[in-house]
Amino acid sequence: MTARLLEHDSTVPLEGATVEIGADGAWTQVCRYGDLLPGRGVAALVDGEQVAVFRDRAGALYAVDNHDPFSGAHVISRGITGTREGIPVVFSPMYKHAFDLRTGACLDDERAPDGSPARLRVWPVRIGPPPPGSSHAVAHDVRGP
Amino acid sequence: MNVKDLVLVGHGMVGQRFLEALCEVPGAAARRRVTVLAEEGRPAYDRVHLTSWFSGTTADELGLCPPGFLAEHGIDLRLGDPAVAVDRAARTVTTAAGHTVPYDALVLATGSYPFVPPVPGHDAAGCHVYRTLDDLTAIRADADRARVGAVVGGGLLGLEAAGALKAMGLETHVVEFAPRLMALQVDAGGGELLRRKIEELGVAVHTGAGTERVETGPDGRVSAMTLSDGSRLDADLVVFSAGVRPRDRLARDCGLAVGARGGITVDTRCRTEDPHIWAVGECAQAADGRVYGLVAPGYAMAEAAARDLTGGEGRFTGGDTSTELKLLGVDVASFGDAHGATEGALEVLYSNTRAGVYKKLVVGADGALLGGVLVGDTEAYGMLRPLVGSTTLPGTPEQLLLPGRDGSGAVGVGALGDDALICFCHNVSKGAIRTAVRDQGCVGVAEVKKCTKAGTGCGSCVKMLGAIVGEELAATGVELSRGLCEHFAHTRAELYEIARVKGITSFSRLIDGHGTGEGCEVCKPAVASILASLTGSYVLDGEQAALQDTNDHFLANLQRNGSYSVVPRVPGGEITPDGLITIGEIARDYGLYTKITGGQRIDMFGARVDDLPGIWRRLVDAGFESGHAYGKALRTVKSCVGQAWCRYGVQDSVALAIELELRYRGLRSPHKLKSAVSGCARECAEAQSKDFGIIATSDGWNLYVGGNGGMTPRHADLLASGLDHATLIRTIDRFLMFYIRTADRLERTAPWLERLDGGLDHLREVVMDDSLGICDDLDELMRRHVETYQDEWAATLADPDRLRRFVSFVNAPGVPDPTVRFVPERDQIRPARPDETRAAAPALIAGPQLEVHTR
Repeated sequence: MTARLLEHDSTVPLEGATVEIGADGAWTQVCRYGDLLPGRGVAALVDGEQVAVFRDRAGALYAVDNHDPFSGAHVISRGITGTREGIPVVFSPMYKHAFDLRTGACLDDERAPDGSPARLRVWPVRIGPPPPGSSHAVAHDVRGP
Repeated sequence: MNVKDLVLVGHGMVGQRFLEALCEVPGAAARRRVTVLAEEGRPAYDRVHLTSWFSGTTADELGLCPPGFLAEHGIDLRLGDPAVAVDRAARTVTTAAGHTVPYDALVLATGSYPFVPPVPGHDAAGCHVYRTLDDLTAIRADADRARVGAVVGGGLLGLEAAGALKAMGLETHVVEFAPRLMALQVDAGGGELLRRKIEELGVAVHTGAGTERVETGPDGRVSAMTLSDGSRLDADLVVFSAGVRPRDRLARDCGLAVGARGGITVDTRCRTEDPHIWAVGECAQAADGRVYGLVAPGYAMAEAAARDLTGGEGRFTGGDTSTELKLLGVDVASFGDAHGATEGALEVLYSNTRAGVYKKLVVGADGALLGGVLVGDTEAYGMLRPLVGSTTLPGTPEQLLLPGRDGSGAVGVGALGDDALICFCHNVSKGAIRTAVRDQGCVGVAEVKKCTKAGTGCGSCVKMLGAIVGEELAATGVELSRGLCEHFAHTRAELYEIARVKGITSFSRLIDGHGTGEGCEVCKPAVASILASLTGSYVLDGEQAALQDTNDHFLANLQRNGSYSVVPRVPGGEITPDGLITIGEIARDYGLYTKITGGQRIDMFGARVDDLPGIWRRLVDAGFESGHAYGKALRTVKSCVGQAWCRYGVQDSVALAIELELRYRGLRSPHKLKSAVSGCARECAEAQSKDFGIIATSDGWNLYVGGNGGMTPRHADLLASGLDHATLIRTIDRFLMFYIRTADRLERTAPWLERLDGGLDHLREVVMDDSLGICDDLDELMRRHVETYQDEWAATLADPDRLRRFVSFVNAPGVPDPTVRFVPERDQIRPARPDETRAAAPALIAGPQLEVHTR
């Protein structure tokens, strides 16, 4: 799943809006949009799974597995983001493998050391309504087409 | 000849090269049964760089036989079972263990043995030779109890041995029978300069002196040497390095012809008089009547024999004995006819004893370059050596000796023809290197090395190789990108200048204005470091936070299971009992694993992200601050106990170490910085292995720079000696800021100094004589760093916003990461391995709830 670039309207108080992860047909609120630092990630627990959520410099959101298949540690959310040949990526902080944030595919190796495919699961992610009390309740779906 | 059984006697460098050359012929090894009889207990290793074993290169790293090589080619290597007899009639070899191995083809590569003059006492305990790893192991064991070491022989190997003894702290003497050092390679002038330079390093040189006898003490061990001039030299360790002799015993015993001065006689194909037997390397007397003791001719003979054996055309008619090396830190090179022995040879000489440079070119009557000697500055060696024999030189001999002196500029690699030999070890010409780039698609030195083998022997041509590859890539239109990564075409040093000159303080401005894309794990931390060194601001504010590696982001060190380790600063390694108790209590309360680091402080492992603020709150309250173990920044300034306590200390090393550590703490740099201060010449703090190290003398402080431990150890160079306190601080300030300004990303001071144009002399001119006029800037930058330093952890704790990142899960603060699990080991914890994680029962979750008290 791909998060489309968010061409946000400056009048929309996005910082207070919620970030939601889609799993099992439901949306789980994980944090405020403003909690996400551009270029960095956070980890969230969604139905017992660890999800790494990122916001890039242009505002787009991504949600991928927090589990690094190369080290076995749950650290993807602590990686540096960037681009490789135009592809938005996160670099695992453990051994610096690059993962495509849109597909979860590892761009450096096809397989993890245990032989499994080196691919991170991806989750749908969207901007949900701001919490109650906010005057601008705007739902803004940033899921890909 | 149809060879089914091939036996190689000897698995040294030349033996291994023979096997490689054999295996390069498709099927050549597979069709034969290849047996190798080796005397030593380990496969072939690099004897050229044997001395590096003393500075930490392991036996494995010296190994020349790639893993899997023997198995892949079905070669039967029998270690520790040397050949003892050859039966030429039956065509069998008998080994020491009594095995009989049949052969159709026998290749002797038995090498040479060190010559030990048969003086009385030469075999006493404490006497050594310098040839194998076992020899070096024995020398090191004896050096522990020795005070004075004497090396007999002032040749290449002897000086290396002297360097090793000196490095092990022995008072070191070199005794050379000839009137000068390195008599084979250098002339009288070069030898004189070499002597002076080596004496400056504290090695005593006795030339024109023979060894009369080795005296022993009541315990039978070496106690002294009597020299031919009647003088007596107290010594409790002796290394004989007085040349080598061919090991031709096996051949003599089976009646093969040997030369008058030893060496199995072979023809140009390296065949002996027996059509079933070949001999290569130092055990053989080549067709030109010489016995070669260098690796390059040995390799050429191995290749000739391998080609001859596989039906090819192999010839070895004579080799090159050029040498370039760094002996005890002094550059020495000799090539071609260094002594001007050719009829009608003329000499062009440049000697500058003040600068410690001696250069001589030998030129023929027809103007051809015949050879030369370079001491103190061997920059021109790579360029000059391939020109030997050429009459069309790219400049007058004066220009070749002193490039640029008359404004004509240095002679570049472009002046060499395609047939000029660049790698003498593997016989690779400039043309072959150009072809590798032009036609075989090699785009870097590493690939060219792999493709052509150039530069993989002694390594002395690698610099030339780089220049040729660069020139060829430029000519083919491929640009060798010097850029940081795909997002910046600039080097780190260039980005530093851009940020400094334009006053850029954010990554966005830098990448939008001078780069492309969104950055990556290479450029983001590099830019973060540049901005931190320039602005001295808190590294986690605003956009800077997104640039940091996870270690900098959480101000702790990520460990293999996703937990972190914590290292408080312990300046100079000095800590109070209360400080120790505080750290102990925190570690106990949080269930952390503790270990003493090499930098004289305490590392606490196994902290979850959530625990970091709590741990640091207690550390900061007790007066500790960040140790920057996570950053590319100053780590520690290690110290010995110094004058205050030590019987030998001449200055207060601890006080200086603390002062330096507090001055440079938090200074962000291209890579980590380590330092140490020793209170006397015994050097217990190991300052010469640090980026900057200080050794106390009774005349002031000696400052060493560019040292390194780790994977590529390097002894630091003496930048200045006898400094007073203020000059010392000022010089270190400038050295550090100059390094930060000009180094590449992740380039430690050691490779930086190696790469720096003009080297140590240039550095000295910049930081001590202000030759670039930048010292005011450097001083100002350091002043600002010292003034604006703040403890990152104290600043983090004081700001709730900054503390918010220290949670495992953004939507479940207070819930620890359940995948971070530990198991007990040796009374502490360690991360659970994957198999232990699955078997959930013994695994433990870290934190205050963990019971790790073991008594």
